[in-house]
Amino acid sequence: MSGFPTLFYKEVLRFWKVSFQTVAAPVLAALLYLMVFAHALGGRVQPFPGVSYLEFLVPGLAMMAMLQNAFANSSSSIIQSKVTGNMVFILLPPLAPLEIFGAYLLASVVRALAVGVGVIAAALAFVALPLAHPLWALAFALVGAGLLGCLGIIAGICSEKFDQLAAFQNFVVMPLTFLAGVFYSVHSLPPFWQAVTRVNPFFYVIDGFRFGFFGQSDVRPVASLAFATGAFGALSWLTLHLLRRGYKLRH
Amino acid sequence: MSTPRAVEVRGVRKRYGSVQALDGVSLEVAPGEFFGLLGPNGAGKTTLIAALGGLARADSGSLCVMGHDVERDYRAARRALGIVPQEVVFDPFFTVRETLEIQSGYFGLRRNGAWIDELLERLALASKAGANMRSLSGGMKRRVMVAQALVHRPPVIVLDEPTAGVDVELRQTLWSFIRMLNAAGHTIVLTTHYLEEAQQLCSRIAMLKEGRIVALDSTANLLAAFSERVLRVKLEGCALPAALTPGATLDAAGWWRIPISDLGHVEAALASLREAGAAIASLEVAEPELEQVFVKIMHREEPRP
Repeated sequence: MSGFPTLFYKEVLRFWKVSFQTVAAPVLAALLYLMVFAHALGGRVQPFPGVSYLEFLVPGLAMMAMLQNAFANSSSSIIQSKVTGNMVFILLPPLAPLEIFGAYLLASVVRALAVGVGVIAAALAFVALPLAHPLWALAFALVGAGLLGCLGIIAGICSEKFDQLAAFQNFVVMPLTFLAGVFYSVHSLPPFWQAVTRVNPFFYVIDGFRFGFFGQSDVRPVASLAFATGAFGALSWLTLHLLRRGYKLRH
Repeated sequence: MSTPRAVEVRGVRKRYGSVQALDGVSLEVAPGEFFGLLGPNGAGKTTLIAALGGLARADSGSLCVMGHDVERDYRAARRALGIVPQEVVFDPFFTVRETLEIQSGYFGLRRNGAWIDELLERLALASKAGANMRSLSGGMKRRVMVAQALVHRPPVIVLDEPTAGVDVELRQTLWSFIRMLNAAGHTIVLTTHYLEEAQQLCSRIAMLKEGRIVALDSTANLLAAFSERVLRVKLEGCALPAALTPGATLDAAGWWRIPISDLGHVEAALASLREAGAAIASLEVAEPELEQVFVKIMHREEPRP
């Protein structure tokens, strides 16, 4: 029998045991964004016709929280294991690179979905939200969480200390999520920043996720899903390659 | 076809930056052996164990566990191997029992409760089964690591300095358990700095120095070749008789060490002392010690290729 289910279970248990911090806290943070931005900009901005700014914000904030938490889950687990040395307990058993990859990735996706559902459910207390295309929403949620789960594994493997990982989080993940059209429609941006946004894969998962709710988006959802899935595939390949080589894990 | 060796290491080299950690190591351990891997710090013992467990990759050469190559056939090799790492490490998120259940699961073992219970019992951990790993003392954490290495009942067990910083009681518990496993057919590979432990437990010993094997033989042969029985005497205010001085040495505490090839010579030595009218303050016969062997081998000039 494979060791994959146990590693997956352990990774889920790890964040679930501290779910107040790993699920409840990000939900609260998203709600605070929602309240502050809706209050500040609510009357003045209407990104899509027939969609209020408050409604518009919810899917974007939910996806942003999902992306950040997918990243946090795999990256923090790996860096903690590396720094404290208990990574040996995963490296000594007969776990294949694909099993290690799959377990960390899926646990990240589970945490992201828990946070995403939490944000949407909490937001429903303040605003009624349509759900035009649930399957599109789900597809983008999975690809987005997978993309960042992968990125988290890579960052965890490559970092040797907590501050290196924090730098990755603050200087790569945070800017990419904040500048991915959570708070505005890209059509409101000057042409240069529109072009910059269009090379950011996070933009496509947020835009596509929003399509799942309103049936409206800046980019056609098929194109968004193709782009995001392509990015996810490329990162998965890179992650597996690093795990097979034992990069910074098996010396 | 012969039965596979428990451990087979062939021409393994490993370099970390400017340090040649392993410089062409070859050795074999037969199934059921209690094998000692000795050497000073930095000799390459831990690197060799890491390469065996797949924690490090050899630059060249090959390593097999129960006939399975650790790179090509890593799954079978790792199933056959249980390593207790030298550093005390643990996952602070889990209890002792969770830790062992999770470790079993990594080996694909789902219903391992009976064996986990036995491990907890044997290692005197049963009362701590529900305690979080964080709350355990260092010695307890080490016992959990021993249990973790044994959850999948590996035929080959490697212990990397398992008794460093561990109290006497645990040391005895641990060794009686390991001896029992050895008697049940498990192969044991041990590294330790406590040479009297190695002398008591290991039937064969390899000594490593600067990444090379400098001695590899049965413990009995090593003791016969490099150590000797000595008569230790402390005299009261008089010199050692001239008949006994060849080969004798005086240590800092005032004890004379007089080599005696067999016990019959004790009588002759005592007769010389009596004839010289020497007053004996204290006297004992010391059996050959691995420590002497170790010191002699480590200070011996090695022919370099």
